Amino acid sequence: MTDWSGYIGLILQGALVTVQLTLMGSALAVVVAFAAGLGRVSRYMAVRAAATAYIEFFRGTSIFVQLFWVYFVLPFAGLTLSPLQAGVLALGLNVGAYGAEVVRGAVRAIGREQREACIALNLTRAQAMRHVILPQALPLMLPTFGNNAIELLKATAIVSLISLSDMTFQAQVVRAQTGSTLIPFATILVLYFLMALAISGAMRWLERRVTRGLDGVRT
Amino acid sequence: MEWDWNFVWEIMPTLIEGLKITLIATLFGAAVAAVVGLVFAILRMTAPRPIARAVGFTVEFIRGTPLLVQLYFIFFVLPDIGIRLPALLAGIIGLGVHYGTYAAEVYRSGIENVPRGQWEAAKATNLSARQTWIHVILPQAIPPMIPALANYLIAMFKETPLLSAITVLELMNQAKSVANSSYRYIEPMTLVGVFFLVMSLISVVFLRWLEERYARVEEH
Repeated sequence: MTDWSGYIGLILQGALVTVQLTLMGSALAVVVAFAAGLGRVSRYMAVRAAATAYIEFFRGTSIFVQLFWVYFVLPFAGLTLSPLQAGVLALGLNVGAYGAEVVRGAVRAIGREQREACIALNLTRAQAMRHVILPQALPLMLPTFGNNAIELLKATAIVSLISLSDMTFQAQVVRAQTGSTLIPFATILVLYFLMALAISGAMRWLERRVTRGLDGVRT
Repeated sequence: MEWDWNFVWEIMPTLIEGLKITLIATLFGAAVAAVVGLVFAILRMTAPRPIARAVGFTVEFIRGTPLLVQLYFIFFVLPDIGIRLPALLAGIIGLGVHYGTYAAEVYRSGIENVPRGQWEAAKATNLSARQTWIHVILPQAIPPMIPALANYLIAMFKETPLLSAITVLELMNQAKSVANSSYRYIEPMTLVGVFFLVMSLISVVFLRWLEERYARVEEH
């Protein structure tokens, strides 16, 4: 009988890498999403065009292609990244492009009268965005951000193909060493599902957090 | 390393071969997803409670786990219990079931948007359950769903490179094998990206048209 505890340890090590990738990728994605999403509603044509080009490019090509491109083609341009860096970069930029559309949609959804009130109060555009628009737009974004975070978690499995030892990679290692297929793959499926549940739980908590004090503001 | 147009033309036929497999996988995957999604949606809405809950959990589970791992599961685990599938078929089933769970949600919201009065009228005119679904509910529920379903079709198209991990020789895998044998990565990888970008730009136009065509159905 195989000694499973060692293999479980291997998979848990992989789980740690997956969690790390998800957190770092999400952090990058949030930054990029706000930058590009607000870029799309900028008053400068050039900024709008750049943001649109970025979003269409990353939503139009597959995450898989982007990851391989970052990992295999960028080195020829003199930029060599470790698998982890390549993974975080590709995941963050890809999911960030989807997030940017969410940011734009939510900012657009805030009523005209709010903007007009800001102008009447003589707030600058930055102040209006920071103090009036974004606090109201944030709760609208969170549910979709939660879904995007789960998509990102699922996309991390792809990095196993550029030899980063995440959970999926370790499951393949266990498969190669023990010849057993059901146990490693079933284990990681359950672990991925638990992580997805944890993300949606965390997002629900965050949603309650940011809507606090907004009761009655929106109908 | 420089961009070499001669090399581009040299590898083009191989890539087109791969593109064909990619399109086949997408089309058949979509067909499987359409059927699986409908089955999931109807089971979840009409089956007895324990079955409906089990189906609901299955849908959530499939949606919460990576497609890549599901493909490995189908390709590596199922042979242990005697189901040995060719790689492409395994890929189509994987894609179909995964996106079927997304389609199920679209179907469910589409079906729930059919007004209650329609169900009651069907009952009042003594239609059987089967007749109600086929002649009353689905014809009204499906057109508003089409843009959302097309959206997932495009998403699925962009996930087909994952099939290369289970040895399907689709676009990405052809590009990889070209790259590995010639040690030139720039052209094949970039071309794959360009193929995907062009296909999805075209499909965005198509999607806009679908939205205009079908989204108005509710307002008559």
